[in-house]
Amino acid sequence: MSEEINLKEMPNDEILELMQEDLYDGYAEEIVEEVNELLAREMTPYDILIQGLVSGMQVVGDDFRDGVLFVPEVLMAAKAMKAGMEVLRPLLAETGAPKMGTIVIGTVKGDIHDIGKNLVAMMMEGAGFEVVNLGINTSADDFIAAIEEHDADILGMSALLTTTMVYMRTVIKTLKEKGLRDKVVVLVGGAPLNEAFAEDIEADAYCRDAAVAVETAKKFMEMRRN
Amino acid sequence: MNPLKQLLETGQPVLLDGAMGTMLFDAGLEQGDPPDEWNVRYPERIKAIHKAYVDAGSQLILTNSFGGTHFRLEMHNLQDRVHELNKAAAENARAVADAAPHTVVVAGDIGPTGQLFEPMGLLTFEDAKAAFADQARGLADGGADVFWIETMSDLDEVKAAIAGVREVSDLPIIATMSFDTHGHTMMGVSPAKFIETLGEQDVLAMGANCGTGSDELEKAVQKMRKTNPDVVLVAKANAGIPHVVKGGDIVYDGSPEVMAQYAQNVRSIGASLIGGCCGSTPAHIKAMAEALGK
Repeated sequence: MSEEINLKEMPNDEILELMQEDLYDGYAEEIVEEVNELLAREMTPYDILIQGLVSGMQVVGDDFRDGVLFVPEVLMAAKAMKAGMEVLRPLLAETGAPKMGTIVIGTVKGDIHDIGKNLVAMMMEGAGFEVVNLGINTSADDFIAAIEEHDADILGMSALLTTTMVYMRTVIKTLKEKGLRDKVVVLVGGAPLNEAFAEDIEADAYCRDAAVAVETAKKFMEMRRN
Repeated sequence: MNPLKQLLETGQPVLLDGAMGTMLFDAGLEQGDPPDEWNVRYPERIKAIHKAYVDAGSQLILTNSFGGTHFRLEMHNLQDRVHELNKAAAENARAVADAAPHTVVVAGDIGPTGQLFEPMGLLTFEDAKAAFADQARGLADGGADVFWIETMSDLDEVKAAIAGVREVSDLPIIATMSFDTHGHTMMGVSPAKFIETLGEQDVLAMGANCGTGSDELEKAVQKMRKTNPDVVLVAKANAGIPHVVKGGDIVYDGSPEVMAQYAQNVRSIGASLIGGCCGSTPAHIKAMAEALGK
């Protein structure tokens, strides 16, 4: 492809626009090239993150919410975003860029479904959050250890089965026992859940899909900062 | 002749069963416990659930093996017992079917692996196919009459399951997907695409199960009928939407009356195999039996 030559000739804002298109199409290699090109032009890692990756993933998230894109496309976009993040992450830490917040996320004990949960994890990363992904079959103790270790702001729990979603109640109960309930915002999601369930187990919010999860997390972080 | 083909030849709708998971909870399954292990730990409880459905009028019962691939059993460190647990699942259903006063088909239930295919995830077609073949071997050895692939969202996974079953058995295959995301499966498959793609495959019937309430499921089945007027259709809807009641129990808001109406609706659309998914109980199936003139 002749894109590399074009890239050198493009102004920054056109490269940022191209990044949005490439994220949408899930082109990881191109994203890495574009990130590197902007870094070479001394754009700050934070600006590349926000104006390139985060705004690009916002479009992906919106189209996912509206049923234009489905899980496969979003996962490929998230992979491309991740490839760009890998370049940026060490630089963001070095330059002391502002942080969105830290989220500990996992599929609860007894449940191995992690497609939706990983989608949320990747979209959160795409929105600039630090994400600690505990994987599947996560016990209350594992959630709590990770919250303490990473000084998390948000706990995200996922379950796909009616037989496993009730474990979320156990985790929240354990949080209370350990005096950690007020430290974290608890977001829950998964196919069989709904708002009434989230309310009943005393989570802070039910998130219908990954896009909603990101919006909710942002909202809570804003409330915290104010 | 295969008992399901015989039932279909009568031209009458075939009444399936309702939820297994919902019933297992009522029977004392604890959160996070492996339902599949109950096939050997509490075979009498599993048989009692099957029998309750048969007594309510079910002509086809699904084995308790939804999570029976090694991928899902691994979480409970049961991955080495695929054959044993699936065989026991089929045997439990077989025993009830054989003792029933009417013809009851034993359908070996096969659910998704829970893994993502390449390039989104790590699962290869060959690995998935091998896992489904192992599960199917157990189900066939336990006496299943047909294989029932359900709650799928990825077409490749359905194909892998069909290929896996065909490695070990020639018995009829039924395949259904769950259309729970803007009228598509989670992976973006539309009902029409499902029928168009799978119509070429070796399946006896296709349809929709689970998802988000019977209205959406009716729409999906309608689209399938429009796509292909000849395909044998399956409808297996949840009994409404889950709600939490005091004490933390989960109940579905679809009453037996709602499910009876749904049974008539999908029958008029042209579904031949009609049943319930999550939240539906023998009471729902009984109401559906009456609605279908059973």
